Amino acid sequence: MSGVWIEAGVKVAVLMGLLLTGAAYLTWVERKVSGFIQARIGPNRVGPLGLLQPLADGLKGFFKEDITPKYAYRPLFLLAPALAFVPSLAVFAVIPFGDRLPILGRVISLRVADPNIGILFVFALASMQVYGVAFAGWSSNNKYALMGGLRASAQMISYELAMGFSVVGVLMITGSLRLSEIVFHQQGLFHWNLFIQPIGFVIFLVAGFAEANRLPFDLPEAETELVAGYHTEYSSMKFAMFPLSEYFHMMAISALTVILFFGGWQVPGLRAAGLAPLAVSILELAAMGLKMGFFLFLFIWVRWTLPRFRYDHLMTMGWKILLPLSLVNVFWSGIGILMGWF
Amino acid sequence: MEGYAAVLIFVIVGFAFAFGTFFISWVVHPHNPNPTKLSPYECGIEATTQPRDRYSIRYYLIAVLFVIFEVETIFLFPWAVKYQQLGLFGFVEMTVFIGILVVGYIYCWKKGALEWV
Repeated sequence: MSGVWIEAGVKVAVLMGLLLTGAAYLTWVERKVSGFIQARIGPNRVGPLGLLQPLADGLKGFFKEDITPKYAYRPLFLLAPALAFVPSLAVFAVIPFGDRLPILGRVISLRVADPNIGILFVFALASMQVYGVAFAGWSSNNKYALMGGLRASAQMISYELAMGFSVVGVLMITGSLRLSEIVFHQQGLFHWNLFIQPIGFVIFLVAGFAEANRLPFDLPEAETELVAGYHTEYSSMKFAMFPLSEYFHMMAISALTVILFFGGWQVPGLRAAGLAPLAVSILELAAMGLKMGFFLFLFIWVRWTLPRFRYDHLMTMGWKILLPLSLVNVFWSGIGILMGWF
Repeated sequence: MEGYAAVLIFVIVGFAFAFGTFFISWVVHPHNPNPTKLSPYECGIEATTQPRDRYSIRYYLIAVLFVIFEVETIFLFPWAVKYQQLGLFGFVEMTVFIGILVVGYIYCWKKGALEWV
């Protein structure tokens, strides 16, 4: 029993380290890519190519004065950033990054946990995220924060529906909620769910952008009308938790898109090539990283390509287009499986 | 339940990280508040209205509709997992179930619950 706890502890520590570094450097990548798209240079002062910029930003966060406004409700004001941060982190507990890594005479499975309700757990945590945002907006006792919090909660719950329905098709084909089984079900390029469930994929990705509050759906923090939305009154490291959770959210959505629709860590034909098991594992991890990297890049790319939605358009799209479309997709998948097309 | 031990560790580590960060920041950051700094943010002027003003009824409507459809999602998940064993029976059953909800959905749409102006 203690061995299980130690192995889980080590995995959690490694993954935490990777995620925090990843999120920090994602800010650097985002600023560099933004710079490139806008014909600027981007961060280039701290370290070579500005590579130490995330570190400097983090340190600066610690040393900034942390202001709690006079009328704020203190317990929730303190709890809200943690509540936004923890669910976005805990999602990674069930995300499989690879199959098995045979190293040092042991076989390590490349996932922290693999519960049989994987995807349901992910959706449960995504719902928890709303609390952090809603509490942050309400407890600040500032009208911009409150409006931002309300908008964010309404947006997140609306798109969560479409997101939930969009994966039902994948679940029907796979017959399992376990994320690693969903990956194993997509062996070979043309068995990727992308080709079987194209509508589901598009809905999932669009809803993912809205769930992560990323442009073109960043209305909760629409600067021109709401100052900074639900985190208007936050400063120092309490503020830092919100962008951090947003970056975790982006990584989680990318990982889930890859797992649900792009065959996860699998590379078509790699297993048949007859390489050493260790080499296969490492290549598969790299493939997972590359596929995730593509979607992370897409997040940044879209940010500088599309203008922000109007709030009523956002709601119309969520409730009147994506929701019926995802229901039709479920119906269509049902017919397809009965007919034996998939 | 063994698989959930790691999830529990993750959640505990997450909270510890968040509150640890707040604590370290609280130790090292300067503390010199003044009344202006502590006032609610309002573009440089004094706030004239209460922040907790009345807000649009639509947020409640969205929340109520969300609960209905989210419960539907929860019903769909186990059905989707067992779909291939259920076959035509499962398909017809779920068509009836979703059909009832779709009638409700169309009613909401006609009543204007999904309009946002």
